[in-house]
Amino acid sequence: MQQASADVPRRGLGQSLVAGVGRIAVSVFVPIVAFIVLWAGFIFLRDSGANKLVIVSVAIVWGIGGVAMLYVIANWLTEKLPNAWQRRILPFVFVGPAFAILTFYLLVPAVITGWESLLNADGSQFIGIDNYTYAFSNPDFIVAIRNNVLWLVIGTLFSTVLGLAIAVLVDRSRMSRLAKTLIFLPMAISFVGASVIWRFVFSFQPEGQPQIGLLNAILGAFGIAPVSWLTGAPLNTILLIVILVWGQTGFAMVIISAALRGVPDEMLEAGRIDGASEWQIFRRLIVPTIWPTIVTVATTIAILTLKVFDIVIAMTNQNFNTQVIATLMWQQAFTFFDQGRGAALAIILLVAVTPVIFYNLRQFRGRAI
Amino acid sequence: MRKFSWSRVAINLTVLFLIVIWTLPTVGLFITSFRSKETIQASGWWTVFGQLGSGQFTLDNYDKVLFGGDGMATAFLNTLAVTIPAVVIPILIAAFAAYAFAWMDFPGRRLMFISVVAMLVVPLQIALIPVLKAYLTIDLNGTFLAVWLAHAGFGLALATYLLYNYISQLPKDLMESAALDGASHFTTFTRLVLPLSVPALAAFAIFQFLWVWNDYLVATTFLGIDKDVQVMTQRLVSITGSRGQDWQLLTSGAFVSMIVPVLVFLGLQRYFIRGLLAGSVKG
Repeated sequence: MQQASADVPRRGLGQSLVAGVGRIAVSVFVPIVAFIVLWAGFIFLRDSGANKLVIVSVAIVWGIGGVAMLYVIANWLTEKLPNAWQRRILPFVFVGPAFAILTFYLLVPAVITGWESLLNADGSQFIGIDNYTYAFSNPDFIVAIRNNVLWLVIGTLFSTVLGLAIAVLVDRSRMSRLAKTLIFLPMAISFVGASVIWRFVFSFQPEGQPQIGLLNAILGAFGIAPVSWLTGAPLNTILLIVILVWGQTGFAMVIISAALRGVPDEMLEAGRIDGASEWQIFRRLIVPTIWPTIVTVATTIAILTLKVFDIVIAMTNQNFNTQVIATLMWQQAFTFFDQGRGAALAIILLVAVTPVIFYNLRQFRGRAI
Repeated sequence: MRKFSWSRVAINLTVLFLIVIWTLPTVGLFITSFRSKETIQASGWWTVFGQLGSGQFTLDNYDKVLFGGDGMATAFLNTLAVTIPAVVIPILIAAFAAYAFAWMDFPGRRLMFISVVAMLVVPLQIALIPVLKAYLTIDLNGTFLAVWLAHAGFGLALATYLLYNYISQLPKDLMESAALDGASHFTTFTRLVLPLSVPALAAFAIFQFLWVWNDYLVATTFLGIDKDVQVMTQRLVSITGSRGQDWQLLTSGAFVSMIVPVLVFLGLQRYFIRGLLAGSVKG
């Protein structure tokens, strides 16, 4: 760039005029071509009836290539500018897309949702806090709150405590690698997939027919009549929480186990020399040392429990009083098309989650990956 | 320490018990996915061990769920088409932003960075109605682009924050000598910063991969009910909803949807753990 600008004055006026016009022409031409290529790709993807594999490949290349191309062209254009302007504009070429996307996908929607929660079903009329008073006086919502509290308390407590216990136990056994892998594995499975797995465990057939669900088969082996696990509240919600615990205990175990390795041996030795029992060492030395990690794990799972959605939809479709705030929000907004009530529920969710995330972030800050 | 003790036996037995509990549900599903509809209804999956070698296993379920009316094969390809760009796009955008926040000077930098971090607390449920409405106005709903951008939007705050933590810790001398050598910011970023940030990029990529691959909520909001574009989680929920007793399809379908993340998990467990550590605050 510097070289180019040093060259310019040496040329004749006509030459530099042509060069200038040429440069502007190219600067306009390249983005237009890029835009046409991207647009053609978009139309192809939207309307094409080509082989699925072709469409998928084109989509991947188009999506990733398109974004990369936008940066390359924006940078290329900026470099055509005089140095002072380049320095001023380039940072916004780098930050701009991220900021624009966050604004469009989170900031503006949050404001709109906040406003819409004060409007009626189709957004045509301002009704104040009616949507909130409706929510808190609706028995379905009261049950949803109770369920979310069950998810929050039982889900978080069991995942974290089990994770801690298993992390401590497993390191002292012969099967530690195998056990860790197998207990951690459900973490890779979607909540929807996990729900299919557990639906099968909870499966129920009327008495007298063969039970194909593990749980009822075990009852049957002891001569106990089969139970329809998923239809009675609040037991059904607790059984749904089992799925979350099954998935998240491995997460808690792995992260706590990493923290346990950071506990200095000398400290534990000193404790033993002082005659402390293993339980006292665990309770008084180990737990306080890894407490920040335990809090991070617990708050992370707590956030998950507050926003739980997939498991409830896939297991019971929020029937039998298993609804939670997120599923009610979905139902109001996309089944009943009452965007006011849906928005109010989304805001209630935000208010419930925010303090937990704040706490989580405070623990998290400064820890590098 | 190696001497025999009852407490060691107790610990080993407990761990064995835990392994069995954690694995049994998945094993049951896996075995069931190879049994015919009639045998599934007639007896529990555990009875297969009593009659091994009697030719009771079949691949029909997989054939049906993949290429039959449930179109799991199409859904598998759709999931790929959704996931790969939805992982790469936010990482690319976030890395550019993180570099600018860390190594470029511009007015409003602090304020912009704080607003990015503040977005971490916003749950994505907040955005569903307004974004869907915007999509409907510009006729974007039901396209892969709609889901990529949505996942980019919902993952970007975390990605920028994590990558900033990493990129801002790169040695200052390195950046200065690159600038002295006449490297532009763009060159420094693509040739120096991106390669150096591979551990952080990989950690976030794995986290985002699992998140997008396993997502149901975002997909079902922005892809809608058109089977041609639906991802596997949507197909599975649809089978559970309409034909919850079709275990032969549910079990094989569930396995098709799990196989990729489980392989990624087994292959990249170490990075996976780093990604989880890093991504534990996803809003």
